[in-house]
Parts: sequence; C-alpha cells; structure tokens
Amino acid sequence: MDRLDRLRGPVPPRPHDARAIAALAANPGCARRAVLDAAGVDKDATAAHLGYPAPFGQSPFAITRGNAFESLVKESGCAELLRLLRELLGLPIPLAAYTDLGDVGGNPSAQVRHSHTRKLLDKAARDSDDAGTLYDHPLLRLEIAGHSAYLEPDVVAFRLGGRFHIVEIKSFAVVDGQAEPDKVAAAARQAAVYVLALMNTLEELGHDPRRVSHEVVLVCPENFANRPAATLVDVRPQLAVLRRQLARMARVGAIVDELPPELTFDLAPDADGVPTRPVAELREAVRGVDARYAPDCLSTCDLCFFCRDEASAEGSTDLLGRQVRDALGGVATVTEALGLADGSLTPGEGQEEIARLLRLADRIYAEVG
Amino acid sequence: MSTLAALARLRAVHTGTAQRLATVRHCHLSERPMVFIPLRLAGEAAAPLAAMAGTDPGHPRLLVVPQPRDRDLRFAFAAELAEILLPYFEGLQKATETVERRGAEPYERCVDAPQVIVPGRGAVAFVQLLGRSTRFRRAEGPYAVHPSVPVLGRWLTFLAQRAQYPGSSLLLAATEALSLHWATGQSTLEDANLASLVGWIDPPPGMTGASAAREAEDPLVWPPAGPATDPGFDTEVLAPAIRAYEETRSDRAAARVAEAVRSQLEPTWRLMWRAIGLLGTLPAAPGAAARWEGDRTSFTGFAAQLAEGGPPQPKRDGAVGAASRLARMERAQASYDAQRAYDDPLVMAAYRLTGEAFTGTVVATEPDRTEGEGRGRKLRPLVTVRTTDPVRLAPGTRLGTPERRGQQAEVVAIDGEHVTLKIVKGMGRGMAATPGAVPEAGERVCYAALTDEFQPPASLPAPEETPWTHGGPPPEYSPADDEPEEEWS
Ligand code: SF4
Repeated sequence: MDRLDRLRGPVPPRPHDARAIAALAANPGCARRAVLDAAGVDKDATAAHLGYPAPFGQSPFAITRGNAFESLVKESGCAELLRLLRELLGLPIPLAAYTDLGDVGGNPSAQVRHSHTRKLLDKAARDSDDAGTLYDHPLLRLEIAGHSAYLEPDVVAFRLGGRFHIVEIKSFAVVDGQAEPDKVAAAARQAAVYVLALMNTLEELGHDPRRVSHEVVLVCPENFANRPAATLVDVRPQLAVLRRQLARMARVGAIVDELPPELTFDLAPDADGVPTRPVAELREAVRGVDARYAPDCLSTCDLCFFCRDEASAEGSTDLLGRQVRDALGGVATVTEALGLADGSLTPGEGQEEIARLLRLADRIYAEVG
Repeated sequence: MSTLAALARLRAVHTGTAQRLATVRHCHLSERPMVFIPLRLAGEAAAPLAAMAGTDPGHPRLLVVPQPRDRDLRFAFAAELAEILLPYFEGLQKATETVERRGAEPYERCVDAPQVIVPGRGAVAFVQLLGRSTRFRRAEGPYAVHPSVPVLGRWLTFLAQRAQYPGSSLLLAATEALSLHWATGQSTLEDANLASLVGWIDPPPGMTGASAAREAEDPLVWPPAGPATDPGFDTEVLAPAIRAYEETRSDRAAARVAEAVRSQLEPTWRLMWRAIGLLGTLPAAPGAAARWEGDRTSFTGFAAQLAEGGPPQPKRDGAVGAASRLARMERAQASYDAQRAYDDPLVMAAYRLTGEAFTGTVVATEPDRTEGEGRGRKLRPLVTVRTTDPVRLAPGTRLGTPERRGQQAEVVAIDGEHVTLKIVKGMGRGMAATPGAVPEAGERVCYAALTDEFQPPASLPAPEETPWTHGGPPPEYSPADDEPEEEWS
C-alpha cells in the first residue's frame, strides 16, 4: 500500500465521511477518482490548486437548520425519537436505554473511540432482552482500499431484541408524504454506508451481520412544522452498488500498477499548508489517470470542472450526457459524430447503423431546419 | 433523446451557438405575462426569502422577508404577493366570450388567462409548496392571516397542478420553454441554469454561446435564478444582514437585507425578459392557440369554483384519483406530442428517423376509388408515395397527415421506396372526392403514425366534470382538523 501513500504524498489520507463514500458509487467507471479516493487524496484541495475549485458550498442557514433539527430529535435522551420508533415499528418499547458512545472522556483518537463502540456493540449483540437501546455517536469503521475510514454518523443505531436499525436524521421536509427525490436518494446512499459499516463490525465480532436491518429509519421534519416524522427506507439497492464499488476500489491495485512509478498527486504543501507543487506538473499527474467524465460529476466530484474542461478540449461526447451518448450509439467525439453525419467520415466496423441514422438526421435537418 | 436532438447538440458544440429544435413556438406567450422569481431560505422547505414579480420589465416589485424564520413576516410576504397576483388574476376574468355549443346552453369563457413565468422547475415546485403552505390558512381564529392569503394559496396550487399538464402554458418554467425550442452544446443538466441556457441561445456580441454559458456559471456574475441562493452569498452577505435585522429590527437593517436580495434577483429579472423575448421571435404554432383555449377554460372554471366558495384543494389525490390522473396525463402527453409534430416539421423529423413517419412525393393516386356495395359504398382513395425515409410501419397502421388534419389513412403496402396508402377517414359522404381532398401526383406529403385525440370542449363543464383535456375534475376535499394551526416554521 505504500504505492498509494506515494501517490498521495506525505500527508495523512483524507478521511472519507459517509457522504464521500456514498459519492463513490456515483461514477463507478472512473479510474481517476478510484485512484485518488483509494489513495486518500484531498480532491478538493487538488481541484483548487489546479485552478478549478469545486462548486460545492453549504449555506450557513442549511447547517444551522440541520443542527437545530437534530438536537430537537435527540433532546432529553432521544425521547422524541423513541416515540417515533414505537409508532413506526409498531412495537411496545417499554423502556429504552440511551447510550452515548461519544462519551469516552478526554479527547480520544478515532481508534480508541471505535474500539469503545465495538465493545458496546458486542455486548449489545449478546444481550437479548426486550428493552431497546439507542446508541448515539457510534464511531464506525469501513475498509476502503486497504485504509480504515472512520465514520461518525449523525445517526443513531437502535437495537431492539436481536435487531439493529440505523436511524438517519435529515432536515429536509416531507410534505404530504413526499420529499424531494434527490434528497431522499442521497440520504439512502449515505445510510447504506452506515448499514454496511455496522454489518461489518458485527461480523468481525462474530455475530450475524443480517441482524442489521436493511431498512433504515429516516427521520425528517413533517410538512412545514418542525415536528419530526419517521419513515422506513429499504436501502438494499444502495448497499449492492456500494459493495460493488468498494470491491472495485480494493482492486484499484491493478490500475495503480499500470501507472508510472514516479507519479504523485503530492501538493507539496509548505509549512503553512499552502501547496507549492507546480500546477502544470500536477495537471500532468492528474491527467495521467483516465477519467470518465459525465455531467453527473458536476454534483458529485470535486474535480468536475477540471474534467469537464478536459472532456471539452478532447471534443468528447461525454460532455453532453448519457442521453446524447446513447442516441449517438457511443460515438466518442463530436468531430467523429459530425463526420459520420455529413458523410465525410467512413463508418468504422459496427458504426454502420449509427452512421446511417446520423446521415439521415443530417439530411432531414438540412431539409427542414 | 432523438438522434436529431443529439445531432443538434453536436452542431451547437461545433458552432458555439444553440441550434433550433423547433420552427414554431409550441407554448402560448401572453401579451402581458407575470414574471415571478421566488427565492427561498436555504435549508427550509418553503420559507420565502424574497421574490421579484411583475408584468412590466421596467418596474419589478421586490418582496423581502428580512427574517425568513419569522412566521408573521412570512405571512406578510404572502399577503403582499397576493396584492400583486390576485388583481392580475381577477382582471383577466372580466372580459368573456360566449361559446356556442350544439344541443346545450352557450357558456361564458374568459378571453384571456394569466400566464406566470418562473425561471425553472425549482420555482414551479416552490409555487406548489407556497400554495400548500398558505391555502389552508384562515382569516379568523387562532393564527389568523390576511384573507387574501388562503385565496393566493389556492391560485398557486391551481397553477402548480396545471403546470404538470402537458402543453399547458398557465405556469411556465423559462428553462423548459427554451429547451423545447433550442439545443445547446451542453448537457440537459447544465441547461437547468437559466443564465447559461440564455447564453447559448443569445450570447452577448463578441462572445460565443459556449463562452457566455461558462461565464454564466460564476455566481458572482450571474447569481443563481433561485429558489436556492448561492451559498457564498448566504455566508458573506445574507447571514450578516439578517443577523443585523434580528438584532435591531430597524428599517435600515431591513433595507440592507432588501438590497442584498435585490442584487441576486435583478440579473435574473433581466434574463427572464430576454428569455420571453427569445420565445417571442418564433411564430406561434397553431396547436399552441388550441391548447391555450383549454387553459382559458380551465382558468374560467377555477375562478368560478373559487367565487362559489368551494373548499381548498385537498392535500393528496386518492389512490383511484391518482391512477386515473396518470392515465389522463399519458393521453394528454401523446396528444401534445402529436400536435407538435403536425405543427412543426422539425419535431416531425424525430419520428421520420425512427420510421414512424415519412415524407415523400406522391407518384400515383386513385382519387375516386370506392369500397363496399349499395348504401355501404364509401370513397376510399389510394395514394402512392415515394420516399427515401426508412419507413417502419405495418400494413393496417393508421396515419395522420399535417397537410390534411381531418383525414386519416391506412398503410396498404410498402414496396421498396413506395408506400401505398388508403384514405379511410375525412373523405366526406360523396362518391367523388372534392378537389384538393386527395393529394395529387407531384405533391410533397408527410404521413405519421401519431394520433391526436384532442377534442376541443363543446361546453364548459361543471367543475366535477372537467374532462381530462382540462385537468380533470377537482378532487374531493377532506378537511383535517389541524389545518389552521399547522405551523409554518
Ligand atoms: S469529475 Fe473527473 S475524477 Fe471526478 S468522477 Fe468525474 S471524471 Fe472522475
């Protein structure tokens, strides 16, 4: 794994939070991101140094609102949450203990906190009493390409009898039973990361990972009030995608082996953390690993503007999105597609059909446009 | 996406300017549209922060909520918005026309209807949420609001519901209306940015569409068209201004918030009128006027319902309602697609590419051919067309034609480049074809396997009988007891 360390340079690997891990599944075909993520490279800083800062920011209003809602749900030992769980799971939970796993005293390292979480989870998995227990601030761990990513979910793990549920608290509103689909999808992807981490932990401890429910409890404000409401969301599809992507990243070694040995994404930060690596050099290094740009990158990957410019300079049809690429039968560049359309280019093998369509489209466009 | 639309995008990349996807305008464009640009406080479902609205490009009205978390200020915003929108809706109800109908009483229909134009889909969703959060309010009792607020809520709900109806132009999203008519050299995802879309279609002098679009992505040059604001603006400008207002509640502090949001809204305001101007450069499609008539009927019906004191729209469709609504929407969509194709050769082109339509030259006809005996004898002319389009139609398929909208033909046989058709509908009762009813040899014709089942309404139905062509009957109202108290916080 020191090859990955070399790619990153002499800085600690960037921790993957669940959001970053969930985003891994967004463009699984991209080798560039697989390598950068596996090496724990700070993509945000890389993009900024390249002159293409990532377009993601979070409004302070959204952050305040999120925190306020979360503390409302967790108030007085998660009393409100417990009420919701009773209703949702239809269970007469007489009593529920509340354990704050973040409460370890002092300022412990992630390892220490994680082993504390493990210990308590192990104990919880052995207990089979009927009382429920809420575990707040668990520190979970997920192996990503040989590195441990520690995850501190803004969630609670809830155990009742022999089963564990992941509870995710989100502050987007559910109005008349409907929420913005993008937000629900993102929440499900993130929750899947926690489910997987919890499953792995139980398995390591010798328990049956199936005791973690694939139905997560999503807690959101209802309608226009601050009153929380809970819904069960099945995250099996997200789990499958995530597993596939993690397996891919574990095999990232094969891609890395192909890379020139001197390649590195080291930003060479000075004493103040300001990158000193010549930009042209860094650009060449990043370009040394193949990307697969898609417009979705614009909302999922820090390098999106850099890769978009690269795709644009190459005249790649990826720039226009999947729908266009599909309609073009996978023809890779704009010049090639236009050449096929005006007949100046002879179609290659397997391109006869799309060439015929493009020529026809070109003729009709000229006729009526 | 059709190969044609994909090719248009490639050409846009190549030339650096947007390419036409339509030769005519498929949406109605009002002479006096109401432009409405709402902004929402980040992190909240429907907390209005500000809005710019008006029918005069030179005189936008700016509405501001200096502390969007304050419930009273929110309802004050809603009342102020009602002051702008309600007179606009009411003014349009004054002039009516009498619609005659066979076998029933004539009825009155408004000669015009409102057209609210918002920047994009996000704003349409916001209109719906704003409608939902205001229509159940009450003017008396606990949490009383200004009486105009629930009325506004019902209008906004009506508009938002109508916006889902294919081909309706009462509530238009500018990005969608533009994307229907132009292809850019970027992805559909990026087309959702109004500034970049307009940049492609109408770049400033000396700039390509591509470079104008890139520039439009800088939130400092072109603030987002809403309802979400730029997070950088929130952090650096808005948050301190709102905090100052929170601390002093002074007019000066309120004015500071107003200036901040004005800086975010004004560029979009100008952009919206440019978008409207661009749409106005295209001649209206015949179908757009017919669909607008449906919009006018729907508007007239809703205004009447409101005047009769009907209840607010319910929170959800029942399951049965939702299912039949879906079926209606599908039919309406098919109809809308067909109308656009028959109105516009560039839209028809996509169907020619897939073999569902073809264009060619008539090579032979049998105009006076008949079928059947005695009283059942009917005129069934044959027409043979030569085409180089890749026709993929089975014998027996029903076809329509833009040249003769009342007619229908049937595929008889396809032999190489020759398609033989039989005209089976719209030939009249006579035994000889009227001149011009059957295309003549040498004529360019187009036939398509698209049926437009849209029937202009014969009458103004009672609200509960509103046909699918006009949005369907209003769902039943089921009051919930917590409605007026429901917070909006
Ligand atoms: S932005 Fe670039 S690196 Fe990131 S996923 Fe897309 S193509 Fe890969």
